[in-house]
Amino acid sequence: MTTNLSQVLEVATRTDAGLVRPHNEDSVFANPGLGLAVLADGMGGYSAGEVASGMATSILGTELEKAFAAMAPDEPMADGERWAHAALKQKIEHVNAAIFQASEDQPQYAGMGTTLVAALFHDNTVTVAHIGDSRLYRWRGNELRQLTRDHSLLQEQIDSGIISAEQAQHSQNKNLVTRALGIDPTVAAEMHDHEALPGDIYVLCSDGLNDMVADDEIASSLSALSANLELCAIRLVEMANDNGGRDNVSVMLVRVKQAFPVARSWWARLLAWLR
Amino acid sequence: MAKLILSMDGLVLKDIPITKERVTIGRKPHNDIQIDNLAISGEHAAIITLINDSFLEDLNSTNGTFVNGQPVKKHFLQNGDVIELGKYGLKYLSEAAQQTAAADFEKTMVLRPDMMRRAVEQATPQPAADQPPPQAQQQPTTAMVRVLNGGNAGRELELTKTLTTLGKPHVQVAVIARRPQGYFITHVEGANLPVVSGQTLEANRPHALSDHDIIDIGGVKMEFLFKA
Repeated sequence: MTTNLSQVLEVATRTDAGLVRPHNEDSVFANPGLGLAVLADGMGGYSAGEVASGMATSILGTELEKAFAAMAPDEPMADGERWAHAALKQKIEHVNAAIFQASEDQPQYAGMGTTLVAALFHDNTVTVAHIGDSRLYRWRGNELRQLTRDHSLLQEQIDSGIISAEQAQHSQNKNLVTRALGIDPTVAAEMHDHEALPGDIYVLCSDGLNDMVADDEIASSLSALSANLELCAIRLVEMANDNGGRDNVSVMLVRVKQAFPVARSWWARLLAWLR
Repeated sequence: MAKLILSMDGLVLKDIPITKERVTIGRKPHNDIQIDNLAISGEHAAIITLINDSFLEDLNSTNGTFVNGQPVKKHFLQNGDVIELGKYGLKYLSEAAQQTAAADFEKTMVLRPDMMRRAVEQATPQPAADQPPPQAQQQPTTAMVRVLNGGNAGRELELTKTLTTLGKPHVQVAVIARRPQGYFITHVEGANLPVVSGQTLEANRPHALSDHDIIDIGGVKMEFLFKA
């Protein structure tokens, strides 16, 4: 049994093709009741990018719905890992295999792939899994913080000191990711847990937002419009387009309205205490 | 493919496409770019290219390496930079600046282990075409709002930020967004919607402001004005 989080989380989603690209290759999926938000930015010729990102969000969404209907995210597994982590890992592998298989089987999909960022809310925690350069930011107490680190050549160059964060703004290598879903038979998603507090707003976005809109501008929009999440999402997409809209842009905003600890029965508490 | 234009005393000598990950510059014949001049060290400098970005490194030369007049040890080359070695100049022109389809070029791609080599080897020269990226249109003239009634009557607020919020938090708030096309007002929160020149706004629907519009937010009236 899983707690229903639809009273706890408020979600606003916007996705737009931008002003230059003919297609929107981004896909989004949200299930506030389950506490799940997934965003993917596809790549590959013709419509293959849309296929890859669409597969990623829809398969992962439905598979996780099934997984958490069967067992709550906070159930511990035999090895002590929580089901939230085990399920995310397992289902991301599953999606990866499905996209990879499709790209092997159908020549028009050859080489397609997608980035992924997924946020799963459970027990006052947000588990964030990501692959590639789609990001998750947290807005808390008037401060915007990027919680994911891009899997990109540029980020590696910044980490190794070849290039400064300031110079990175002028790099021509912004578009190269070092990890993607569906490119190889297996994939390693990066996964971290963060404490989620009431009042937090989580921002999932494709690079079409953070390449066109500077972090301080994203922060000022959240600061001004946090009372109206829907408008804030509209405004962020608008800003990306006002600045040139050179890429597809997708934004998912998730607000935590109240604490959401897992209700534990007395024997579960006892069991946890004995353990 | 990025390239260098070699010149001496302002006279163009030749175009040198960057076809290798590491291009060396020096007086000795084994360098990729040999400049046979005594002011140039045997191994003077190198340009390291990672797909579309190039970095210049001075190899502890006697007379130093300069970029746009500044001495450098290591430098991230930008389109149009001029590398100076003695009286020789090397102007750096990046690939993107020469690309025709800039939009296509920016598509996200996965970096494969062998890509660096292939990107450099297989890159074919693109016909030069100056196509600046689609930048935001010219900024509209600045505007402000002037409070007409209440305790703050006469106060003026310049709309310099991209977003300016008006009203009382948790009671009634509207936001004015400064966009390339002009100024737009939208309702943010509160049970009552703002009224602009007699017209009640719709939720989440931006409304374009015209000069001398009267904005009513919770009884406080303000005039929107473009500044000359």
